[in-house]
This record gives sequence, structure tokens and C-alpha cells, in this order.
Amino acid sequence: MAATLAVRSGVPWDVARVRADFPILERRIRERPLVYLDNAATAQKPAAVIEAIARYYRSGNANVHRGVHALSQEATLEYERVRELAARFLGAGSAGEIVFTAGTTAALNLVAQSYGGQILRPGDEILVTEMEHHSNLVPWHLVAERSGARIKAVPVTESGGLELDVLERLLTSGNVRIVAVTHASNVIGAINPINAIAAMAHAAGAVIVVDGAQSAPHLRVDVAAMDCDFFACSSHKLYGPTGIGLLYGKRALLEAMPPWQGGGGMIREVQLERSSYAPPPERFEAGTPPIAEVVGLGAALDYLLQWDWDALVAYEQDLAAAAVRKLARIPGLRILGEGADRVSVLSVVLDGIHAHDAGTVLDTEGIAVRAGHHCAQPLMRRFGVPATLRVSLGAYNTHDEIDALVGGLRRVREVLG
Amino acid sequence: MSELDELYQSLILDHNRAPRNYHALDDATAHAEGRNPLCGDSYEIWLRLDGNTVADAAFLGQGCAISKASASMMTQAIKGRTVAEARALFDAFHQLVAGSGRAEALPAKLRVFQGVRAFPIRVKCATLSWHAMKEALDRSGSPA
Repeated sequence: MAATLAVRSGVPWDVARVRADFPILERRIRERPLVYLDNAATAQKPAAVIEAIARYYRSGNANVHRGVHALSQEATLEYERVRELAARFLGAGSAGEIVFTAGTTAALNLVAQSYGGQILRPGDEILVTEMEHHSNLVPWHLVAERSGARIKAVPVTESGGLELDVLERLLTSGNVRIVAVTHASNVIGAINPINAIAAMAHAAGAVIVVDGAQSAPHLRVDVAAMDCDFFACSSHKLYGPTGIGLLYGKRALLEAMPPWQGGGGMIREVQLERSSYAPPPERFEAGTPPIAEVVGLGAALDYLLQWDWDALVAYEQDLAAAAVRKLARIPGLRILGEGADRVSVLSVVLDGIHAHDAGTVLDTEGIAVRAGHHCAQPLMRRFGVPATLRVSLGAYNTHDEIDALVGGLRRVREVLG
Repeated sequence: MSELDELYQSLILDHNRAPRNYHALDDATAHAEGRNPLCGDSYEIWLRLDGNTVADAAFLGQGCAISKASASMMTQAIKGRTVAEARALFDAFHQLVAGSGRAEALPAKLRVFQGVRAFPIRVKCATLSWHAMKEALDRSGSPA
């Protein structure tokens, strides 16, 4: 799969030009230039996003869908334009398959509660994997407790891949209704073969729910080509604002699903004792939505859709490969799932040094990384580590910053022995 | 001394590498766990109370250098003290690392944790085992 990722583009990625779009990259931390390597937690925002949100509040603020006045009409048009953009960005067939949610977590909870809550019966099975983020585990735990369904897990190999033969075997039970899997691990960056998993799930009569939080910023996502039933991602990891995310769902599935939350905007007609509901996607968007956040996401998607994604993918793959190569040379350092095909996210552990201590030392060098279990405790257990140091690279990171990280890790050894 | 060197003083690194009282206590009369679900640090604290005295203290667990050294030095500091003195040490230690207390209120060794002040995010690391110790005392029914 690495070969398919390393698409060579005609024009190389112009990282200096991209960096100039992100005002925060001028910041200095403890008198050093900021080296921001925590993009898997949240990405920085280009000026276009920051300005779009300010412009909306300054001169465009109004509620959507309900007003006859000019501002409300403008806001509604923009809100629905962003839905169209999102459909384009994810490769969805139509904007009617895009639900705005608060983020990936909310999107996954929506699918678990609404779709899972409707179809699951005692004895049904939900397949998850050992590399899921807690947000693609706990929502399934909640719906399993209520429905009597059981959770089964697909193990992760030492090299960071999924045991696909185990997945295949688990699917033969005939009881699997839902396969919940991440597109790319938020800890080790490993990319899962969603096309193949979707085909296996469908052959067994199950739907596939894909956590795309870590893939959407790094890979050209095409939900139709992958044939996934649901796909969730967050704006804030896509260089947009927090508080907004996307759920893609196949139209026929969304239409058959009950509402998740009730309130204004999601109804057809309300009586005192009962109500009927609007079609999707409005059915799943009760209450005033985060309009400014949608506007900001629109600016981010406008920005991302201008990018040459072949060049971006080639650049990030090259950057990640350089990071793996240079970090692997540091004595006493181990890269988890080193051989995996990955997005530009990786985790390391240092012999005898806890990730938090290393993270604090790196911080004093102006280097922002994440230390901890990354909301993936089952994967920590799988690799037998309490925590890792995670390095996650984005469109504006440079080879110089990888070198700064290597220097910072040398300083970690000096300070902590 | 830089803020970083002050945080990771040699005494702290030494207790991280070779934690003292690092074992379970078979004859413990009080026990509690300290967990930080955000970072995954996790410790168990055992106390043997003899009347009003902390006759013995021990711990096991895993976490960063700050949390482990803090647990190690805490067990040393409270051993042989009265329950009331152990509680007073908790308060003084908490105030020291959280930035409002005076170092003089603590035994000299524990003052090395003053460096945590410059790293507010690490205050929870330094106090994790102390909270567990306090919980163990509370649960044992010792006077507050």
C-alpha cells in the first residue's frame, strides 16, 4: 500500500508558502520558534479560517433556516454551501448524505445510538479493533449494554496492522451487524485497508462505520470508492475550528434511522403528544447548529480543496519516512508498529524515560508533542506500554523540525539520564 | 539553574530510578489507589497505622519521574509521623507545588518539588500519590 500512497506529483509541495498561511507558526515558545508536532490532537488554523469566523460574527451573524430576513438567508446559503463542499471533500454522492455534528465523537455516538440502537438485538455482535480511539469504543459499549449485543475485537499485529484473518473468522459467526474501525490509528498512524474490510463486512451482512478523524487530514478520502456506510471526521483536525464535525452516511441508511436528539429544526410537524421528523440530514441536527463553526469549516474546506493533494501526500509521506529513519537511530528508542503503512503520525517509547517527562523537556525546547495513552488504552496494553510520545506531522511541518525533534530527544537523555 | 534543571533535580531522578519503599505491604491497615485517567499514571499506596502513628508506608505503580519520585519521598516523609502530621504534610506539599505555600513548611528533601510550580500541568503528577495517601487515611477512619 505504501506504493499507492507515494503518488508523485508534478509540482512539489511548497511548504514555505503553506506556513505563511498559518499566523500561529510565528509564535515563540520559551524564546524558541514553535515546533508544532501535535497535529493529530488538533491542527493549527490558516488566516482564512480565522478571518471567516470573525467576518461572520462582524457582519453576517444570524440563525439559519428560520428567518425571512437577508442575514438569515445569507447564513442559510453559506451553511448549505459548506455541506456541499463537505460532500465534495469526502467523495459523497450528495450533500444529503452529510450531517453536521459536534465532531467525530458526536458523529460516532450518533451512529451508535440511532443506527445501533434501532437494529441491535441480544446476541448480535459489534466488531471493533484493538487500535480504536476510545470514541470508537465507548459509544459501542453504551449501545451494547442497552441492546444485549456483544463486542468482539480484532487484534493488532506487532507491526501495527490488523489481524485480517481474525476479522474474517469473526465475521463467519453470522451475528455481526456492525464493524467499527478506524481508517488511520491516532497513535501509530497505521492505515487500515478500508476497501477490503468494507467488502468483508458487506459480504457478512454487516455495515462498516469508519473513524476518519486521522485519515481525512492526510489522505484523499473517497467514501463512495471505499464503499463505507458511515464515515466520521472532525473539522479541527482539518485545519478548521473546533466544535464541528462531519458524519457521512449512505442515504438509504440515514433515511431509515430514527432521530438522535429532539428539538427545533429536525421536525416535520409537532403535536402536543407526538411529532414527525424531517428527512436527513436535518433529522439529525436538532437545535441551533454551530453556525460560525460551519462557516469556519467552509473556509478550511475551500482552502484544502485548492491543495494539490498528490503533492501533499507525497510530502507528508516523505516527512514521516524521514522521521522514522532519524528517530530509529536514537539509542533506546522504539517506534511502535514501525513497519506500518502510515499517515504522518507515529509513537515512540524511550527506555527508562516516561513519555510525560520527555514531553516536558521537549516543551522547554519549544517542541509540542503529545505524551500519554492518546485515548487508546487497549492499544497501549497491546504494546505493553503505559504511555507513548506521539509525533504527528501536518502540511506545514518541515524537515528542519524533524531535526529539532531529534536534537530535543538528545536533550531528554541529558536531563533524564 | 534553569526551570528544567530545577524540575528534574538529581534527588528526584534518583528516586525515580530507585524508588524507596517500593513494594506491597502485607500487614497494611490502610490502602488506596491513585489514578490519573488523563495520563494513565497509576499508584497503589499502603499504610500500616499503629494507633495514631503511620508505622509503615509503601507503594507500587507506574508513571512519570515526578509522580514516582514524589510517591517514593512521600513514603519516607510520613513514616513514623502521626496521622495529623501526615495530613499537615499533605497540605503543605500541595501548597508548595501549587504555588501558594512556603517551602519552609516542609522537610528539606521535599522542597525539591518546588520546581513543579513552573510547570502547572505537572502539579497533578506531583500530588497523585499524596491524594491516595490522604484517601487511605480517610478510609481507615483516622481522625481528619
